[in-house]
Formats: sequence, structure tokens, C-alpha cells
Amino acid sequence: MGLLRDSDVEEIRERLAGIPNPVKLVHFTQELNLEYGRETRQLLEELTQISDKLSLETCNFQTDKDKAAEYAVDKVPATVIRNGKDYGIRFFGLPAGYEFGSLLDGIITVSKGDSGLNPHSREKLAQLDQPLHLQVFTTPT
Amino acid sequence: MRLAYQFAMESDKVRADGIEATEFPELAERYNVFAVPRTIINGEAFVEGALPEDFFLDAILQKLRPRTGN
Repeated sequence: MGLLRDSDVEEIRERLAGIPNPVKLVHFTQELNLEYGRETRQLLEELTQISDKLSLETCNFQTDKDKAAEYAVDKVPATVIRNGKDYGIRFFGLPAGYEFGSLLDGIITVSKGDSGLNPHSREKLAQLDQPLHLQVFTTPT
Repeated sequence: MRLAYQFAMESDKVRADGIEATEFPELAERYNVFAVPRTIINGEAFVEGALPEDFFLDAILQKLRPRTGN
């Protein structure tokens, strides 16, 4: 049985209908000793089947160590949202509930290739003179 | 989360991780995550709550200033 209901699929299809460019999800999993790994992978498989603009690459956190290092993935399940370029956008954990909407937001932003930020924010970020690592903790509800 | 992703999209200097707190309890404990969203800045400072774009970015950048000496 699918994790996404038919009504979810329709809603997602609508949200993703206008995305202009391909987006690749790179998913790192480690099936052993991991409560949410299998579910996350299934959810991403179902999601990427909804739009032909989406693709999924699944990596093993234990054996694809070079790739994990390349993406700075230090815990799993992890999902990288990228297109031809890696923008440093990640989600760690099962993106369920409210967070699934955040994942979709990330996908749409990456597909557009534009942050959609206001001019003030763009200007301030252009002046950033040091690396900035944001870790946003959330819960599904 | 959406804004953090937008910041990462805008600047090559920004990395944005969304983290499901209940799946990574040790990490959540390390950063004293009792309420969400809580945004940790370079593993040190934090911003609590969901803020509008301008407020959120300003709050983050203010936390950075002491480190840059600006």
C-alpha cells in the first residue's frame, strides 16, 4: 500500500504542475537499525513518480561514503534537493505531515532556479562574508 | 524551513538543513530544541519560531555580526 493517498497525489500533482526544470533528489539511506529509513525511501519513490521532472537517486550511507562526504551527509535518512547544481539544501528524517510541504517548497524553489526572495534579502545575502550553516529543527505536526 | 532553503538557493555561502527533531533526539538535545521551528546558526546561536522573511534574515545576520567584527 502506498504512503500517499490518491487525494495527496492529486494535490501534489497540482503543486508540481508548473515546475520548469528537472530536480533530482539524492537520498541516503541505511536500512538496518533505522526506523524511518524504509518509509522515507518509499515516500520519495512515490513522490518522484508523480512528476516526470523529478528523479531519485538512492545511495547507501554505509557503502557510498565518498558521496556522503561530498554532500556533507553525516546522518540518515537524508535527502538532497538539487538540479544541475547542489545548493546545499537538505532534509534529514522522514518528511511527513507539515514537513512534506517544506520538501515540496524546496523542490519548487530548486526547479525554478530562483530563490524568490525580496530584493532586500538578496542584497543582504550577497554581502555575506562567511559560510552560514542553518539547521532548522521541525516536527511533522 | 522554506526561507532557509530560499537563502541557500540565493547564496553559495549558505547551507540549509531541515531536520526532523524527533528522529534525531541527540542532536535536538544538543541544541536544546524544546519548541519548533528552532534554527541553529553555524552550530552556535539560534533563532526561535517562524518569522517573516526580513525579520528572520535580520535575526540570523545579527547573530553572525560579532564573529565577523562588523
